[in-house]
Amino acid sequence: MKLVEHFQHGLDAPICLTWELTYACNLACVHCLSSSGRRDPRELTTAECKAVIDELRRLQVFYVNIGGGEPTIRPDFWELVEYAVGNRVGVKFSTNGVRITPDRARLLAATDYVDVQLSLDGATREVNDAVRGPGSFDTAMRAMGNLRAAGLRGFKLSVVVTRHNAGQLDAFRRIAEDHGAQLRITRLRPSGRGADTWDALHPTAEQQHQLYDWLLRHGEQVLTGDSFFHLNALGSTPLPGLNLCGAGRVVCLIDPVGDVYACPFAIHDEFLAGNVRDQGGFTAVWRESELFARLRTPQTGGACTSCSAYDACQGGCMAAKFFTGLPLDGPDPECVKGNGEPALAAAGAGTAKPRPGKDHSHRGKRVPVAIGWGPPEPERLPDRTCDTSPLAGFRP
Amino acid sequence: MSTEPFDAARPYRLSPTVAVRPEPFGALVYDFTTRRLSFLKTRTLVEVVRGLEEQPDAHAALASADVPEAERGRYLDALAGLHAAGTIVAR
Repeated sequence: MKLVEHFQHGLDAPICLTWELTYACNLACVHCLSSSGRRDPRELTTAECKAVIDELRRLQVFYVNIGGGEPTIRPDFWELVEYAVGNRVGVKFSTNGVRITPDRARLLAATDYVDVQLSLDGATREVNDAVRGPGSFDTAMRAMGNLRAAGLRGFKLSVVVTRHNAGQLDAFRRIAEDHGAQLRITRLRPSGRGADTWDALHPTAEQQHQLYDWLLRHGEQVLTGDSFFHLNALGSTPLPGLNLCGAGRVVCLIDPVGDVYACPFAIHDEFLAGNVRDQGGFTAVWRESELFARLRTPQTGGACTSCSAYDACQGGCMAAKFFTGLPLDGPDPECVKGNGEPALAAAGAGTAKPRPGKDHSHRGKRVPVAIGWGPPEPERLPDRTCDTSPLAGFRP
Repeated sequence: MSTEPFDAARPYRLSPTVAVRPEPFGALVYDFTTRRLSFLKTRTLVEVVRGLEEQPDAHAALASADVPEAERGRYLDALAGLHAAGTIVAR
């Protein structure tokens, strides 16, 4: 049996997993896979997080990809990182850079088993800030500058490929090289707030071909995880990286409230395997959940079985299909053989698409509540007797 | 990583920065320094690699893990590969 077949049947423990520590975030990226923004009051406590780390150590999970939200704004974030690496569970954490000060960068450079991944979705301020929000480009560049100055080598610059930055891959590579970092590119999924922006942001068919060619040229120097295996249908040369959907087989997600999902892009009850607070903890969820057992059985190609490329692309990404309303045993919405568009058109005519399971987005603009705080703004002078301002009705 | 070529007549051990996790097919190997994941593709190879530390040289580790004569060449190649990748180091 080939190794990849062992992977298809699942391992006793994940190789690595994604752990989102909080739904709180200072940004509001339009494609956020977890619809983050506001903290959830049920988020795991420090003690519960340490108990999860203890389990990961026993399971010999080599490393966790910590994300969020913005994980570094959790007050116990650095304590948890230290606890994990102290227990030989390596940490790679994703950040928008907001807390990567010069001091923190120096501490990180001095710590073994920690890897940092900076998110940037445009090689220029305009392209990045349109997706990640005003100021986010400068924040990320400042953080990378701090990491470089501290001497941290080989940290990751992580880019979600969109229609607007697909032409900037070489520029991203230069930014990474300038900072002694390594470029990592991943696929935009219609998950979280991405469900609402995917139509406008996902790369065009032509861009996908260019991306495939680019990966063939540069793939060995660029990390992709298992992001782009659907592109393998484009040619006979397999792309570097794990060409397999690892959901529930070699990876999974623990969300901030302890829910375990098959993958970070699948926050929906359909892909919920259990909770780390359940009896038996994470270990029992990984080994005994019915959902994961099902994902580890051979998947059927469905409508794709007769396609010559099925062995290469394996039907593509489960989450991308699910959140665009496509059947899981049909083509990927970005099927490079052109089967996605007709499938999307057919699905669009039918029932409503599934909505992401949780939404912690910031609720619009702050509500302008002025109770008990200074005089009213001149242009908003109160005019009702029920106004709580002591200056109600006063016109100088 | 080592610049010295692998020599089966010398003693070796698992690199201290490497973790080995047994799996039904053999083992997963993770190097915390290079952050590279690799595989030991048979359980016998896992036994050989683990036994290196207690044996005077690599030949003895193969013998101690009962690697059949006919397969020793293949196993030595595998050890040389692990040595080049830094998974095992001279001691």
